[in-house]
Amino acid sequence: MMDHQPMHPQDDGGGASACGSRREFLGTAVAAVATALTGCGKLSKEEFLQHNFRELSKDEIQTIIARLESEYKAKYGKTVKVNNEAAMPGVIFGYALDLSRCIGCRRCVHACVKENNQSRDPEIQWIRVLEMDKEEGVNLQHAEQYYNPEEVPREGHFYMPVQCQQCKKPPCVKVCPVGATWKEKDGIVVVDYNWCIGCRYCMAACPYGARHFNWGEPTMKSADVNPETHYLGNRPRPKGVVEKCTFCIQRTRKGLYPACVEICPTGSRKFGNLLDAKSEIRQVLENKRVFKFKEDLNTQPTFFYFYGV
Amino acid sequence: MNIRAIHYLGLAVLLALPAFAGEPKAKEEPAAQEGIQVPKPPFSEGIFPCTSCHDGKQMKVDTKRRELGMHSEIELKHGPDSRWCLDCHDANSRDNLHLASGEKVLFTESFKLCGQCHGDKLRDWRVGVHGKRTGSWNGPKQYLLCVHCHNPHSPHFKPLKPMPPPMRPEQIRKGGAK
Repeated sequence: MMDHQPMHPQDDGGGASACGSRREFLGTAVAAVATALTGCGKLSKEEFLQHNFRELSKDEIQTIIARLESEYKAKYGKTVKVNNEAAMPGVIFGYALDLSRCIGCRRCVHACVKENNQSRDPEIQWIRVLEMDKEEGVNLQHAEQYYNPEEVPREGHFYMPVQCQQCKKPPCVKVCPVGATWKEKDGIVVVDYNWCIGCRYCMAACPYGARHFNWGEPTMKSADVNPETHYLGNRPRPKGVVEKCTFCIQRTRKGLYPACVEICPTGSRKFGNLLDAKSEIRQVLENKRVFKFKEDLNTQPTFFYFYGV
Repeated sequence: MNIRAIHYLGLAVLLALPAFAGEPKAKEEPAAQEGIQVPKPPFSEGIFPCTSCHDGKQMKVDTKRRELGMHSEIELKHGPDSRWCLDCHDANSRDNLHLASGEKVLFTESFKLCGQCHGDKLRDWRVGVHGKRTGSWNGPKQYLLCVHCHNPHSPHFKPLKPMPPPMRPEQIRKGGAK
């Protein structure tokens, strides 16, 4: 093995890597060997050696973003902007969903797919709408996600959309063996797709089924690509990584509502800053009957369900 | 489009101006709006202004409850036994609505009329708990009027066709995925 190492940089043609420091030289060698061993032939050297997003300097982030943007341009034939907006100070996002208003029309599910550049075939959906029996109440034993009647709401049923609950104590973050997922200061749980190793422990840990895995190369027509993206959010993902709802980080960090809030025809979805006493989310929490989904698990969601009537 | 229609359109645009966006506000904006910005009411095409027919000359005002020759498309399912057109529409000033007190209300402020009975909903709507808000969670927002979602003549929210369900895992394995 050790015999191989000096060979590779020379094979590379002695570019920038050969004339750098010993550290760089070794880095390249390790990358080359690892590439050969793991069969990750498509990974560029820069990508392989890239650090966890939280350890990167501003310059490194800019370099990576430039690389990603050029990759996306080559892949989709259009300019895709990768944003890196940080969390706003004094903001913790909260979300509330009115179970007495939702009619289960799934407009949110599909608006989310469009906004967040999910794979279309097979289609990955971050929101799952459960049809439940009014007689049973919130009971997962009586929940159906494949309902497809002519018209909703169906008599005797109510609808409960489930997506990432952006827990204060996220079990998915706790189990990640490599630290590829974490909670941001504004409460959004994000994934560094370049650091994720695809072990799917987080999917097993999440009690809400909110994490989704790219089993295949994500497919998306170039025309469908939303070019306004965020590094930790809706930028196109590679195969073999986990993804999830980020409260539309690319929108909400600019002050916009998430796409699901914007599309909901019944106004069931409420979003805002938990630290702002005047926000509609606080109005909901203070004046309505609110519950947290699977509260007994102590995941402490910042996503709430309420009854508006 | 006649002058009155333009006037109403202008008013709707004014109301849509964010109250706290730091832009100079038009002086004539009525204080009663309380910073609530609403888009144009969803009139049927060509129906407004009402005075283009109800100008007090072509037809006499008949306040009696009866089957109407016109407006047959309207199905009154909003407490039909106790309610009739002129309980909300103003007989003397046709381009306005009126409250129970007789006070006239613009179509762009119809939420006041609805709020007479549905006060709890109006309260919720004002603080953003009832109804749909779009725009910016920390800045200017756009509200919808009650009548954008609830047809005032038949207010129950209409059922919708659901968008397609997710694919079942067994379907994906059969060749949905490439």
